[in-house]
Amino acid sequence: MNDISQSPQRRQIAPGGRRSLLPSPEQRERLRKRRAFKDHVSRYGIGIAGIGVVAALAMIFVYLFSEVAPLFRSATVDPQASYSVPGVDADDELVHLSLERYNQLGTSFSQLGNVTFFEAEDGAIRTQLALPIPEQATTTAVATAVANANAVAYGFDNGQVSLGVLEYALSYPDNLRHIEPDLALPLGDEPITLDEQGRAIEVLGVQVSDRGTYIAAATEDGELLLASFQRRENLMTGEVSIEQDTVTLPAFDGEPRQILIDGRFRHLYVGDDAGRIHHYDIGNLDSVDYLGAVQVTDQGQVTRLAYLNGTVSIIAGTSDGQVRQYFPVRQSSGQHSLEHIRDFARYQGAITHIEPEYNRHGFLVGDDQGYLGIHHTTAGQDVFQARMTEGPLSRIAVSPVNTMALIVDDQRQLQRAEVQNRHPDISLSSLWGKVWYEGRSEPRYIWQSTASTDAFEPKMSLMPLTVGTLKAAFYAMLFATPLALMGAVYTAYFMTPKLRGKVKPTIEIMEALPTVILGFLAGLWLAPFIEGSLPAVFSVLLLMPLAMLAFAYAWSRLPERIRRLAPEGWEAALLVPVILLVGWFCVAMSPHLEIWLFDGNMRQWLTDIGIVYDQRNALVVGIAMGFAVIPTIFSIAEDAVFNVPRHLTQGSLALGATRWQTVLGVVLPTASPGMFSAVMMGFGRAVGETMIVLMATGNSPIMNFNIFEGMRTLSANIAVELTETAVGSSHFRVLFLAALVLLAMTFVVNTLAEIIRQRLRKRYSSL
Amino acid sequence: MKQWYKSGAPWIWLNAGAVAISVIMVVGLIGLIAVRGLSHFWPAEIVEFQVGDPELGLGQMVVGEHVRSQTIPVQVARDAGIAVPPELGEGDLVTRHLIKQGNRDVTGRDFAWYPELQMSEWQTPPDAMVLERREWGDFFGYPLRLLENGEVVAEGEGLWDELQARIVRGNELFREIRRIERRDVGVISERMEALRLQQRGLQRDPDIAPEALADELERIEGEGASLQAEFQVLREELDVLRQASRRDVLVASVAGGEEVEISVGEIVRAVQPNSMSLGAKAAAYVQQFWAFVSGEPREANTAGGIFPAIFGTVTMVLLMSLIVSPFGVLAAIYLREYAKQGPLLKLIRISVYNLAGVPSIVYGVFGLGFFVYTLGGSLDELFYSDRLPSPTFGSPALIWASLTLALLTLPVVIVSTEEGLARIPSSVRQGSLALGATKSETLWKVVVPLATPAMMTGMILAIARAAGEVAPLMLVGVVKLAPTLPVDGSFPFVHLDRQIMHLGFHIYDVGFQSPNVEAARPLVYATALVLVILIIVLNMTAISIRNRLRERYRAASD
Repeated sequence: MNDISQSPQRRQIAPGGRRSLLPSPEQRERLRKRRAFKDHVSRYGIGIAGIGVVAALAMIFVYLFSEVAPLFRSATVDPQASYSVPGVDADDELVHLSLERYNQLGTSFSQLGNVTFFEAEDGAIRTQLALPIPEQATTTAVATAVANANAVAYGFDNGQVSLGVLEYALSYPDNLRHIEPDLALPLGDEPITLDEQGRAIEVLGVQVSDRGTYIAAATEDGELLLASFQRRENLMTGEVSIEQDTVTLPAFDGEPRQILIDGRFRHLYVGDDAGRIHHYDIGNLDSVDYLGAVQVTDQGQVTRLAYLNGTVSIIAGTSDGQVRQYFPVRQSSGQHSLEHIRDFARYQGAITHIEPEYNRHGFLVGDDQGYLGIHHTTAGQDVFQARMTEGPLSRIAVSPVNTMALIVDDQRQLQRAEVQNRHPDISLSSLWGKVWYEGRSEPRYIWQSTASTDAFEPKMSLMPLTVGTLKAAFYAMLFATPLALMGAVYTAYFMTPKLRGKVKPTIEIMEALPTVILGFLAGLWLAPFIEGSLPAVFSVLLLMPLAMLAFAYAWSRLPERIRRLAPEGWEAALLVPVILLVGWFCVAMSPHLEIWLFDGNMRQWLTDIGIVYDQRNALVVGIAMGFAVIPTIFSIAEDAVFNVPRHLTQGSLALGATRWQTVLGVVLPTASPGMFSAVMMGFGRAVGETMIVLMATGNSPIMNFNIFEGMRTLSANIAVELTETAVGSSHFRVLFLAALVLLAMTFVVNTLAEIIRQRLRKRYSSL
Repeated sequence: MKQWYKSGAPWIWLNAGAVAISVIMVVGLIGLIAVRGLSHFWPAEIVEFQVGDPELGLGQMVVGEHVRSQTIPVQVARDAGIAVPPELGEGDLVTRHLIKQGNRDVTGRDFAWYPELQMSEWQTPPDAMVLERREWGDFFGYPLRLLENGEVVAEGEGLWDELQARIVRGNELFREIRRIERRDVGVISERMEALRLQQRGLQRDPDIAPEALADELERIEGEGASLQAEFQVLREELDVLRQASRRDVLVASVAGGEEVEISVGEIVRAVQPNSMSLGAKAAAYVQQFWAFVSGEPREANTAGGIFPAIFGTVTMVLLMSLIVSPFGVLAAIYLREYAKQGPLLKLIRISVYNLAGVPSIVYGVFGLGFFVYTLGGSLDELFYSDRLPSPTFGSPALIWASLTLALLTLPVVIVSTEEGLARIPSSVRQGSLALGATKSETLWKVVVPLATPAMMTGMILAIARAAGEVAPLMLVGVVKLAPTLPVDGSFPFVHLDRQIMHLGFHIYDVGFQSPNVEAARPLVYATALVLVILIIVLNMTAISIRNRLRERYRAASD
């Protein structure tokens, strides 16, 4: 109350003429007000700061959630405008539609060979070009290559074909983006003769890649032709010539309807009129193999076939509304066979169009009831399905960045729709379930998040990481729990207070030891050491307890005089030389053991009996991380045992129980919740530990519990990958999800442990 | 025996064994780091021997330091592709020695294993020397003569003293060059960058009149030209210095007898450990240790010192404690003194306590996403739009590292402060209130001063935790090699937007990402030792404060 005392000058003269030592009522009033004000300021200031801190901590949860939430948001398709397809008259027909990556220009291809570039905004025509069409010929078939090749092929009734490739030149006059579209003709300005006999081309298939161009066609009498085109540039003259090589494919029973060729020119598929897909191996044009057929549907026909990005998976749509995915799987015989992988949501009507997305494994589907659907194969997800038009949907174009779609009905009416579909590749089943990835022979859990090309299917299953996390934690607990709990019981109950005062802080200081140091020692010192003296690890495990017991027995036989030197409670100190001796002995014996039992090289011996051995493995992690966890478990468990009320143990001892019986019968039952919560805390720490696993394992995301192999944990994965991924991408958000999973896991475990501990504390106070 | 078993004694002994193992592991670990970390700076003996096929006679001469030995079964050696004499059977063991032979520029292999069977006796020639160089690692060999501009100036007797004197000169020149490169050239390039930004800002400004713009641009151009001229002067100065540092050349012979010329300007230190007395070795030891703690890293962090890492760690931790202490303490006071006690508060308290157990990488993820990308990104857009697209605060930086760690250590401070507040006997509080003090007066004048040691404990524990934390920092602000320190002489002196080096990350980086692990290993041990000492000292302080505190209140509450 210092501030209430006033300086002498201010003291007033009381009416009686004596000087009062007290401040005047006004001064006191003022003072009281000031004090009340300060009290308020302090109250609200602290309140705001306190709540602010709690809110900031709560924000960690909120923020992580907000980053993860978009992963599970479903897609929306929002129609913005409607106009009739530009450049296609009533007597003409739309055969292909596409959009460029800035969503600015749309392109329509008509049956008569008109290529019209229009503003996607309102359908105003920008430029019109024409594809070379042989005189007096009509277009009988049209095919498109994989989406990002932007190539369209026309087949004519005189056996000729034309190929056009869309090109967009970007420029920035006056800092504004200007896109100049063009149509390139890679096979020359004139149509090319595919069928020397001049038969009409009924069905066409085309594929363009940096290895050349392949065009396949079915003629009106059902013969299958395949032509490869190679561009050769003469180095001297710069003249471009095109080499054509045409072969006839073995025929099958049925009428071809659609042809697909993969980007590496290994597989060719033909859909027929009986609901089958025929599979050819075209790896060698001189001997094309027919590999058989797959029945897609019994009831109807395959109405659409389309390749997904990467040209491995094909999506088949049927007349009865089924959408199914197939890809070739390598059989044990070395042959590829086309396998049915998965089905997507059924449609009411026949499938009229399948449009693959450009840079991921998603696709859009339209049916003849006007339904539009968006699906994703890896995630096995149907992200969107709704009726967009009254009549049948005839064609769909999607922008290369998946944010806009053009939807055309059978009346040539075009709808421009905004698409919100950012993360179709992630679903609960793709994160936690087995997924059948392209090129694999069966569904599996795989984490492989990045690759060099867009055509790659990112494999983001959290299972290998979660299993790796649990594996690391399991081996760490296996090492730490017995040591820490036994040590805690001994320290709290048997050890002399003098020794305890030294031992406890020593072990507790380990908790503060930076884990990066443990990780570095584990990776650079322990891992090579264990690899070099593997037998020592196992002989220590066996010999150590035996040696301790032998020493204990021998000690009990020693004359009393000697035993007096170290009274009860000093057993631990007595054992130190024994342990050091056994440890040294095992290491020294290790090479000899290797020679006697393991043909001179235990590592090789393990490999020979079929056990994979990595230098940085779960054993190393278990020991290093166990080391980090021991102090956590030890400290809490020791407190729990130590705080068991004395009268309980004294009662037990007074009734004639031995010290060990007292431990088993009284101390452990009373302290067990505390010890359990200690183990939980330790587990929580092991689950989230990053640096040790990062440095002491090979970080390969494998899924097994082999102690001699490594693992990749959730936390190490975040540390490795988060800085290298694009902000806002699916991968980025999945890593945030991994962090959230870690947070939730440890939070739940720790909360349980904390609640148990508080219960225990209450129980002790009532005992 | 049976009776002994029945008494339960074996179990007690086993439990005792568990404690003993734990303690041995702790002490052993710290001992291992200490021994490996400290022994690196001791001038080790240089050995010389010949290796070769025992039958064909000894061939190659090796000079170097013995690093460690290994005894392995013959089979393991054969499987590893090591040449073993065929007369050795399956059951035999072979010993091999790892020799640091340096001379990376001559032999290409600075560490090599040699089997003992193929070695001659080890010699310790008194004139064998080891040179610590600025590039190419250590050099092992024998000094022959010293050249100045190609003329022999010293040979034989006086060579060693002359060499030492000239190394001192070379080091001075190097420091001078370094000073100009770092400080003077750095200042000029910073001013150039400022000019460039001004120019860009002017060109973008739509309101500026064309004449004014032209004037301004002209001024900027003029200033740029004068800066260029200054830069030219400095460059000439540097050229002169570099020329001077190339004046002296040491001619030395390597193990095989081949003569090699080494510019004295490249040599940091020259030692002849075999002819040194114990006192001289001790002096060299202290000198080397000091050079390690105060020097800058060289050769992708595999040589030199760790001063920037120590400095970065300390700066980051200090900044973090500035942030965390007021907030942690206020939050603890709020939770303990003001908040309404009830189930909600209990829940909040448990949650806050549990946040201490949340994996640190989660904080790192939050820090990267929220602080760096969200907060830093918007700061850049608001205040540093001139510099975009190169980020200022929108990339990992010191401030974000400190903030993330502050969040990480908040629970530690809160828990510790709350404990301290709870420990204060209620009689003290009630006494104050009974004398008419308001709640805030009681709090600030009685309770908080009494709880200061508890807050100190919390702070120290928080600092200890922050100093050792690496995983979150890898995401939010730590780099392997920072060109500049976060605090320097140019405005605004503390550069919150700079990335820093960190001891813990240095260990990870040098131990696991460096191209030459064997060469880096002793440095990693030494760095680990510095970090361990730092953290153990901090923790010991916290523990002793806490213990003293407990004693004091035990007395007060009695």
